[in-house]
Amino acid sequence: MPQPDVLLEVKGLKTHFFLDEGVVRAVDGVNLTLPRGKTVCVVGESGCGKSMTARSVLGLIEPPGKVVDGNIWWSPSVDRAPAAMTGNGAPIDLAALDRRSERLRQIRGKDIAMIFQEPMASLSPMYTVGDQLTETIRLHLPMNKREARDHGVSLLRRVGIPRPEQRMDAYPWQLSGGMCQRVMIAIALSCGPSLLIADEPTTALDVTTQARIIDLLAQLQADTGMSMMFITHDLGVVAEIADEVIVMYLGTVVEQGSVDQIFHNPKHPYTRALLASIPTMGRGARKRLPTIRGQVPPPLNRPPGCPYHPRCDLAVAGLCDTADPPTVEFSDGHRTRCVLHDPQTLREHEERMVRTAQEDT
Amino acid sequence: MLSFIARRLLYMVPTLVLISIVAFAIIQLPPGDFLTTFIARMSAQGEAIDQAQIDSLRERYGLDEPIYVQYFKWIGGIVTDLDFGQSFEWKRSVADLVWDRLPLTVLLAGATLTLTWILAFPIGIYSAVKQYSIGDYLATTIGYLGLAIPNFMIALILLYIGFRYFGQSVGGLFSPEYQDAAWNLGKVLDLLSHIWIPLIVLGTAGTAGLIRILRANLLDELRKPYVVAARARGVPERRLLVRYPLRVAMNPFISTIGWVLPALVGGEVIVAKVLSLPTTGPLMLSALTSQDMYLAGSIIMIISVLTVVGTLISDIALAWLDPRVRLRRH
Repeated sequence: MPQPDVLLEVKGLKTHFFLDEGVVRAVDGVNLTLPRGKTVCVVGESGCGKSMTARSVLGLIEPPGKVVDGNIWWSPSVDRAPAAMTGNGAPIDLAALDRRSERLRQIRGKDIAMIFQEPMASLSPMYTVGDQLTETIRLHLPMNKREARDHGVSLLRRVGIPRPEQRMDAYPWQLSGGMCQRVMIAIALSCGPSLLIADEPTTALDVTTQARIIDLLAQLQADTGMSMMFITHDLGVVAEIADEVIVMYLGTVVEQGSVDQIFHNPKHPYTRALLASIPTMGRGARKRLPTIRGQVPPPLNRPPGCPYHPRCDLAVAGLCDTADPPTVEFSDGHRTRCVLHDPQTLREHEERMVRTAQEDT
Repeated sequence: MLSFIARRLLYMVPTLVLISIVAFAIIQLPPGDFLTTFIARMSAQGEAIDQAQIDSLRERYGLDEPIYVQYFKWIGGIVTDLDFGQSFEWKRSVADLVWDRLPLTVLLAGATLTLTWILAFPIGIYSAVKQYSIGDYLATTIGYLGLAIPNFMIALILLYIGFRYFGQSVGGLFSPEYQDAAWNLGKVLDLLSHIWIPLIVLGTAGTAGLIRILRANLLDELRKPYVVAARARGVPERRLLVRYPLRVAMNPFISTIGWVLPALVGGEVIVAKVLSLPTTGPLMLSALTSQDMYLAGSIIMIISVLTVVGTLISDIALAWLDPRVRLRRH
């Protein structure tokens, strides 16, 4: 059971894709918590399962993919719990709901909203911005067409779209990418969600637009007090907006902590390597940028034990490549999944090595 | 929208002029003309025609004039008073001949199109939404069979079944006793008992093709990000399917209007021959073989007009359905 200040708790989530070539374990035992009213950034390389984790939350995994194990505990606060639910804000396991169920449909767009990577492709070209905006409003809120349109116009104004009345009748392909993403944000905010999942919302946009969209999201988060799960691979963005950071590697969470803990006291070798590979201006700018050696293993052929051990400089032979690493808790919710921070296991391993060495001689 | 239609109507004029010239020229391409074919046939039957008779015929039909004069006579008649000229072979006006056959042809075309849509639409959607299900495999198999078996083959098989097991008078659209009768309930029922064979024969390939197209298009659309985004907004599944991907995938249905009409009026000659259907296809075939040039040219002209008009209708429908077609400047 999650703590009261936790909005969403993911426990042991496994989302696998059953392809003809084999099973791709896109999400393989993810544990993470989203605190209420905070911004949590999920970072990691492409293909580490960030997006799939987010999609699993909303039941958006399509065949051949499937959530095979784990729980997604969603705890709406008492005053926000929809009438259809138990009413006392008891946590619901989203992973247990059928992806086509009415209950999950009611949560989508109303309690948990999501924005996507390609804003232009995420809006249907066949309908105007206003159609798609008011459709969402009227699906979840008891409003007539007029009220929904007025609400829509005020939302467009709020996300900084100039002349919102005219823009309501524009088609998505008549707008720029940045404008489309603002429209997506307006749709996402339309029903006052408790959680906004932003799946790399600025990847497809140019740099100046990126900055504006991120400022807008940060401001809206502060204004509404909603939680935000922000998926990105841009550590600069993370430093700017995150309260908490989740670092993912190959379908697992390797480290979660506050933004200070992650940036100033990273525990996992992967987090450290990731931070070391941020280009810096000025100091040492003429040096070669450190990179993580090797490559992400192919999805069908995951290494046993800790998924990071083939690339890890600190890997312990005979330990990291055989057993799953333990999760180690530090103070204030900072935790990592690495054996180096588990002195007991390390000691036992050393003793075992010494013993086998003695037996050999 | 109005300027779009006006522009398209304007484009039709040069298109049709070009088609008429090309059609007329191609009909004239084979050596000789209707009279040489006629004389050859006559002498094969052992009848001699003297030179004076030939000359008078040649003069009467205007065959000794240069080709461009013939063309302008013909096209002038069509444009000024819809006179398509005379058929040499039938000794009747082309307009009468075509008019005899056109209503049933259009009826058959319309019925085939409707049947094709009614069948292809739900099956195509089912095939895409339930991809790789047993139903999808079944639809795919039947679809491939429908595409692969030549239409005249299906026609022969159905004729055999109709004759052998249902004791029907096969071929044509009417039983002999109703052939020349005036329209009454009996004749309509007789028509209904005959029309299913050409309907199935003409409909199978189109239906199969459309199922495959709709399935492929819908599968493409179902994977687009806007579908996932709409689902993430809480749009119910059925509404989502109809409102979002299906509307885009509908386009091929609209486009079919453009080519199904000319295909049924002019094409399907073999099927029409096998089933001895009183449609315009066989008429055009015989006109071409006997170099009955005004008849052949006029049918080609009518088919062309139908094609161009059909394309215009489907384009207007497409513009109405798809704002990208309507509003984007090219």
